[in-house]
Amino acid sequence: MFNVNLPWRILRLCPVARHLGEEVDPYLVTITLPAEPQPRACCSGRRARDFITRVWEWPGFSRCPSRYCGPGKPHAVHRRTPCTATQGCGPHGNPLAVPPVGVCGPRGPRPLLVGCGGAAAAGWLCRGCVRGRSARGKMAAVTALRSSCRAAGRLVCIHRVRSCSSIRFIKSKYVCVFDKSALKFSHQQRLFRTSAVSCGQIVQFKLSDIGEGITEVTVKEWYIKEGDSVSQFDSICEVQSDKASVTITSRYDGIIRKLHYSIDDIAYVGKPLVDIEIDASKGLASEEDVVETPPMSHEEHTHQEIKGHKTLATPAVRRLAMENNIKLSEVVGTGKDNRILKEDILNYLAKQTGAILPPSPKAEIVPPQRRAEAVPAAPKDKARKIPVPVSRPIAFAGKDKTEPVTGFQKAMVKTMSAALKIPHFGYSDEIDLTQLVQLREELKPLAEMRGVKLSFMPFFIKAASLGLLQYPILNASLDENCQNVTYKASHNIGVAMDTEQGLIVPNVKNVQVCSVFDIAVELNRLQSLGSAGQLGTSDLTGGTFTLSNIGTIGGTYAKPVILPPEVAIGALGKIQVLPRFNSKGEVFKAQIMNVSWSADHRIIDGATMARFSNLWKSYLENPASMLLDLK
Amino acid sequence: MVLQSVKSCLWMSCILRTPKACFWSTASGGLIIQSVSNDVYQNLAVEDWIHDHMDLEKQQVLFLWRNSPAVVIGRHQNPWQECNLRLLRQKNIKLARRRSGGGTVYHDLGNINLTFFTTRKKYERMENLKLVVKALKALRPLLDVHVTDRYDILLDRKYKISGTAAKLGRTSAYHHCTLLCNADKCVLSSVLKSPFKGLKSNATPSVPALVKNLFEEDPSLTSEMLLDAIAKEYAVQHQIDHHITLINPADETLLPGISDKTKELQTWEWVYGKTPKFSISTCLNMVYKDSVLDVKVNMDVKHGRIEVCNIDLPEQWLPPGLYSELVKSLTGSKFCPNETTTLVTTLLRLCPQDDELHSRWSLLCENMIRLM
Repeated sequence: MFNVNLPWRILRLCPVARHLGEEVDPYLVTITLPAEPQPRACCSGRRARDFITRVWEWPGFSRCPSRYCGPGKPHAVHRRTPCTATQGCGPHGNPLAVPPVGVCGPRGPRPLLVGCGGAAAAGWLCRGCVRGRSARGKMAAVTALRSSCRAAGRLVCIHRVRSCSSIRFIKSKYVCVFDKSALKFSHQQRLFRTSAVSCGQIVQFKLSDIGEGITEVTVKEWYIKEGDSVSQFDSICEVQSDKASVTITSRYDGIIRKLHYSIDDIAYVGKPLVDIEIDASKGLASEEDVVETPPMSHEEHTHQEIKGHKTLATPAVRRLAMENNIKLSEVVGTGKDNRILKEDILNYLAKQTGAILPPSPKAEIVPPQRRAEAVPAAPKDKARKIPVPVSRPIAFAGKDKTEPVTGFQKAMVKTMSAALKIPHFGYSDEIDLTQLVQLREELKPLAEMRGVKLSFMPFFIKAASLGLLQYPILNASLDENCQNVTYKASHNIGVAMDTEQGLIVPNVKNVQVCSVFDIAVELNRLQSLGSAGQLGTSDLTGGTFTLSNIGTIGGTYAKPVILPPEVAIGALGKIQVLPRFNSKGEVFKAQIMNVSWSADHRIIDGATMARFSNLWKSYLENPASMLLDLK
Repeated sequence: MVLQSVKSCLWMSCILRTPKACFWSTASGGLIIQSVSNDVYQNLAVEDWIHDHMDLEKQQVLFLWRNSPAVVIGRHQNPWQECNLRLLRQKNIKLARRRSGGGTVYHDLGNINLTFFTTRKKYERMENLKLVVKALKALRPLLDVHVTDRYDILLDRKYKISGTAAKLGRTSAYHHCTLLCNADKCVLSSVLKSPFKGLKSNATPSVPALVKNLFEEDPSLTSEMLLDAIAKEYAVQHQIDHHITLINPADETLLPGISDKTKELQTWEWVYGKTPKFSISTCLNMVYKDSVLDVKVNMDVKHGRIEVCNIDLPEQWLPPGLYSELVKSLTGSKFCPNETTTLVTTLLRLCPQDDELHSRWSLLCENMIRLM
């Protein structure tokens, strides 16, 4: 049994002592320590030494928090061996060699505390046991302590005190938790703090071995940037080495804090690639974080079977599934690589119970296999037992997406903005194409023999050209200042085409001198080029009149927009079979198509448009009449 | 036919549904599959699918495939630098970008492709190539083929008959190589020669090499014979049946999600948009009214889109408003002839109807588009 009497001024700095000294004379504190503490084989499992003051062996103490100890290994305070630490006490808890003069200080071996660093809780500091910056702080603390308790004399190690044998330690009755949070020094608090762990721990993710003895690779693409949050198994970057392209995936969940390389830099195997900040409460995710699901039965969904035994999910998701007694193999994963996300678990739960329930340990959760039968009964049961919020909106995870307007869309924006300046008027009509349909059926095989696909458009285009010959104002162009009207000689009739990228309007040149078959050939060529995306500038410029066959997709009447610098456009609806009356008053089946014209009202009047439309209609309703005017 | 597809379903199901205690002992060790499709995008999608979804711990896979004429560039390559895009478009040859690294290759039906799928730990390129050489030697013992340090297979120590590329993921890896049996060498050499000058890029360059068909060395060799020989050698090495399972890459029930992968490989964003940043600095020689104009063009292209565009035209050759409109439209648009054509023709609609202006504009735009 040992007793130590220390002035309160010193011991008040030590939370241990404070606890102990509460019931005693504030100026005289007696600390009792177990007489014969059981030496224990700690500190790298060597033979137990005859240690005395192992503060952490006191009831309630945990291991020495000093970081120099190494994880989980408290280190001993040796009785006879003075603290020798120059740089702390070594990773295995063994004290290092006696520091040379200058490190110990002019007054000899430095006092040792229980451990170093964080063991400052005891109020004693070994100067040699601190490192770097913190050393200075602790030096300052030591100096402060010293100056404040000059009466105590030199600060000494407890063991030194012990060895003097003039100190007695009374057995402690108090359970003290030797915790970092117990460090409640007033102004020295921040100086005694150990490593600066603010919210998360920053881990350096090193480039793992690629194989085949490769030591360096080139970074080709980053999939993430600083500040992004990543989950385990997310792709971080793409590196290339000697014809092999490697996708590096993250081992941890966390936030990217630093990228060590930029694109085209050489990265080395074993060196840090990125710094990831991991949430301290979650802890480090283990490397092989896969859940072995039980052997699959044949009723399982195919997409789960594909992965074999691995179901990918982060630890948070697994916990949620476990709390709700959900088998991960039953949940459809919608994340990357079929990973199961939190939303998938919630959706699965919602499907099963009809509402989103908060994961509650009290809830009576029906096992998944029997849930199908018990679905009608289950919601009622749950309603009785758990207070379910009646209408809780299902979380919608969609986000608005903003993209710049480029390419075909930009072209359309420009064209249609310019078209706004043209005052449009519309004129619509209905055309009976019964005879034309019949004619086309007869001519189609002939055209196919020549290797050309014959649709209705060549007829429409040719009829339009014949109409334009009579009404050339519709094939004109108005200049910017509306001063002059230019009557174009060529009938370059444009055909609106819908491609994968968007709307383009190539034109058939000089329709006035082309036959219907020539127009069909040209249309075929333009269509194949358009779908391949290989139309040239000449095909897309020089148009004077446009027809848009929106009826191939659907619709009846439309309001087309004139493409500047033209002055008229027509939109053709779909061909429908409708009942109509003939001249004898009988009902017959008619192939009816609707057409909607738009024209520039600055130079074209309604009458002109109407007459043109009637002429065009008459050519199509009676195709033989086209023969009379064909040139 | 039905039996074949049922059989293939059974084989695939045993891969997909294999429980831990695998009782399909004949399927353990290895599996040989061959694609029935000649579409390069579908076959590349199958490679991706197997890499992403199949469990390769129990068995490794050999995938055999052939494509109709196509040019396949490596993951980090620049198509403008590697091949003649205009010729490709004219001849209707497809362009694809694979996910593994390496250089550009020309595929057609006279060229066979082999992909060796293993786990990441068992990734061994040299072993795979030695297997191929062994198979060739077993077929024709007098053939002088050997594997180089750069993982190429050389014929007669001079001609390259096989190129290699690899992709490593987290748990699985694949190594694929080509084998020239009877490909069209003229098309190959013309298509893989880029007319582009003044292109500066950090993309992986291809190393050109002399090539020769195995057919030229021994006219009795056909692609089918080679495929069979390699499959036999693989079967021997992995102690499995010499049985090639045929799969259809368009079969969504067998390979769920394959159509999405195929579509992704065909998108412009993947094929052209994944090009590393590059810059063009070239001079257009335009013939206009009996005079030749030298127009310097400087463009920076990132992700396939023009970031910066500078065209050095003579003074007042085009009205300044129109010139600035042109530059503004080009900036941010794809480095693609189709899109540029649409944009410039739209701009032409909006400018005054002047024949001379039109002809100048068309001349300039034609030359610009020829670059892309």
